[in-house]
Amino acid sequence: MLSKGLKRKREEEEEKEEGLSVDSWWLDQSHPAVSQTPPAAASSSLFDLSVLKLHHSLRQSEPDLRHLVLVVNTLRRIQASMEPATALPPVPTPPTAPSVADSLLASSDAGLSASMASLLEDLNHIEDLNQVPEPQADEGPPGRSVGGVPANLGALDLLGPATGCLLDDGLEGLFEDIDTSMYDSELWVPASEGLKPGPENGLAKEQTPELDEAELDYLMDVLVGTQALERPPGPGR
Amino acid sequence: MGEDTDTRKINHSFLRDHSYVTEADVISTVEFNHTGELLATGDKGGRVVIFQREPESKNTPHSQGEYDVYSTFQSHEPEFDYLKSLEIEEKINKIKWLPQQNAAHSLLSTNDKTIKLWKITERDKRPEGYNLKDEEGKLKDLSTVTSLQVPVLKPMDLMVEVSPRRIFANGHTYHINSISVNSDCETYMSADDLRINLWHLAITDRSFNIVDIKPANMEDLTEVITASEFHPHHCNLFVYSSSKGSLRLCDMRAAALCDKHSKLFEEPEDPSNRSFFSEIISSVSDVKFSHSGRYMLTRDYLTVKVWDLNMEARPIETYQVHDYLRSKLCSLYESDCIFDKFECAWNGSDSVIMTGAYNNFFRMFDRNTKRDVTLEASRESSKPRAVLKPRRVCVGGKRRRDDISVDSLDFTKKILHTAWHPAENIIAIAATNNLYIFQDKVNSDMH
Repeated sequence: MLSKGLKRKREEEEEKEEGLSVDSWWLDQSHPAVSQTPPAAASSSLFDLSVLKLHHSLRQSEPDLRHLVLVVNTLRRIQASMEPATALPPVPTPPTAPSVADSLLASSDAGLSASMASLLEDLNHIEDLNQVPEPQADEGPPGRSVGGVPANLGALDLLGPATGCLLDDGLEGLFEDIDTSMYDSELWVPASEGLKPGPENGLAKEQTPELDEAELDYLMDVLVGTQALERPPGPGR
Repeated sequence: MGEDTDTRKINHSFLRDHSYVTEADVISTVEFNHTGELLATGDKGGRVVIFQREPESKNTPHSQGEYDVYSTFQSHEPEFDYLKSLEIEEKINKIKWLPQQNAAHSLLSTNDKTIKLWKITERDKRPEGYNLKDEEGKLKDLSTVTSLQVPVLKPMDLMVEVSPRRIFANGHTYHINSISVNSDCETYMSADDLRINLWHLAITDRSFNIVDIKPANMEDLTEVITASEFHPHHCNLFVYSSSKGSLRLCDMRAAALCDKHSKLFEEPEDPSNRSFFSEIISSVSDVKFSHSGRYMLTRDYLTVKVWDLNMEARPIETYQVHDYLRSKLCSLYESDCIFDKFECAWNGSDSVIMTGAYNNFFRMFDRNTKRDVTLEASRESSKPRAVLKPRRVCVGGKRRRDDISVDSLDFTKKILHTAWHPAENIIAIAATNNLYIFQDKVNSDMH
C-alpha cells in the first residue's frame, strides 16, 4: 500500500456518485467545492497519498508536528468521507469504490492508529526521558500549580490505543505497565524481575515520590539502550 | 501604488558568489532593527549576516542609504542529541533585535532548540603610546624610558566584534518557531509547537512556561502553535496562532499559565469554499501586531487578514494573495507546497501590508486605497536602479503580453521571508539564497 502512487486520472473525475444524502457536504456533487474535489474513487488516491505522507512524516527521527497534525486531520476528513456516517440512511453506492475504500481502511486503519500511536507515544517518551532526572514539583516552572503533578509526567499514555490508560501518580506511573516488547529485547538482563509489568509489583510504590536511585539509573539505561536499538541515528531531516 | 509605481532602487546583496545554490545559503529569516539602520539575515547554515545602511552622502547621491555587509558570524552549529539520537539543525529560524540601550547592538537568534543572545560592538579606536609596552605589545626595557606620556586613542579601521552573551538552552522539547522580545526590554518569549516559554534576558537556566497545549494523550493532538508575538506596547499581552487558523490573545496578568485565552479570534469556515484542505489552508503561518498595537496581521496559505483586537468574530480585512491556487490545492498538497509557511509584514505607518508568494513574486496591499500590486524579485527581470514592473498572473481568459500563466509558476521559487523598514519605504526580500533590498525613492505621499 505504501508503494502505491495513484495518479488521479482525468476520466475518474467523470464518475458520479448517485443517490447520496446531502448531509455530508463532501459527498454532494452539486456542492461547488465538491465538484472540484475528487469523488470517491479519487478520494481513495488522496487517502493513499495522505497515508504515504503520514508514514513518511512518522518515519522521520523528529517529525514536524505541524505537518503531522495537518496530514492526520486531513486524513481523518478523507476517511470520514469515504465511509458513510452511521447516522445516514443506507444508500446505494457504486460497488467498486467502497470495496477499495474498505480494504484500504481495514488494512490501514489499525496499522495507522498503531503506528501513529506508537510513534506519538515515543514523542511522549522522549520528553519524559528528559524530565525524569529533574525533581518534581518544587522546581517545576512556577507558572504551574505546584500542588498538582506536572502535566507532562502526570498524564502519560504508554500503551496503544486499545488499552490506553492515563497514569497520574507521577514518576512510578512512568514505569508501570511498560510495553512488554521492551523486555523481549536481547539487551534486557533478566536479573531485575521487579521490572516486569504489573501493578502488584514493587514498582507501584504508593505515593513515594521517587524510585530507588539505583533502580532509576538501571531503568534509564534500559530505556536509552532500547531507544538506540529501535531508532538508529537517521540521515537527518 | 499600482501601475504608476515609484522609482525603486535595487540593491543586490548576495551572500555567496556561487552560480549554484548551496542549501546552507538559503536565507531562513530577515529582520530590520528598531531604527532600520541594521538588517540581519539568518540562513540554513546557521550563519547570521548583518547589513548596515550607509549614511547618505552628498558626494554620491545615487547610493543614498545602501546596505552593505557589516558583520558575519556563525550563530548556531549542527548538534547531535545523543540521548534521542537526533540531529538538531543549525538553521536560524528567527532573529529578533533588542532595543538599543547603549553603544552596542544586541540580537536574539534561534534554531529549533536553542536561543542565543549576541552582542555586537564596534571598535574604531585603539590606544597608542603606552609607557611600558612598545607598538607590538612587548615590554619595554625600562632603562630606555626617560619620560612619561599619556596614551591617546587613535582611530583605526572599524572592527565589528560579535560575542555570544547568553545561551538559552534546554527550554524546548519541540521545535521553536518564534521568539518575541517584550516591550519591557527585560523578558522575551519563545514558542515551539506545543509550548510557550517566558525568559528573562539575563537568566539562562530557568524559564517560565506560560502556554502549554500539549494534550494529556499525544494521540489527541490535533492542533499546534504556529507563531507568537508580544504586543508592542502592553507588556502583559501576547498573541499566538494555531494550525487550525485561530488566534489567541493572552494576558499574563490573568494567570501564571495562560492556557485560557483572553480573546479568541477565529473566522467561521466559508461553506462554499470547503474542501479536504480547508484546515491546512487556514493554518496561520505568521502573525504580526501593527505598529500601533491596534491590529494584527495574519497569513494563511491563500490570504492575509487584518484583525481588530476589539473584534474576535472575523477579520476586518481579507486580501487574496494568490486565489488562483485554490483550484490547485490537490497538487499543492501532493508536492507539500501547501505546507509552505509565508511571513507577512506591515509598513511603518500600518497602511500597507506585504507578503511573499511563488515564482519569486511578492504582493503589497494598500489598506487605504485597496489597491494591490505584484512584484518580482529576480536578477533576470531587474537591473540595478530600475523600476520594478508590476507582474500579473493570468488564469485563462484575456492574457496580456507579460502575464505569467498559473501553470508556468515556479513553485520552487518561494518568497517566505520579507521585512519592512520600521519607518521608511525600504523592504528586504529573501528569495532562496538571495537577498533583495528595494527602496522607494519618491517621497511617499500615498502611504
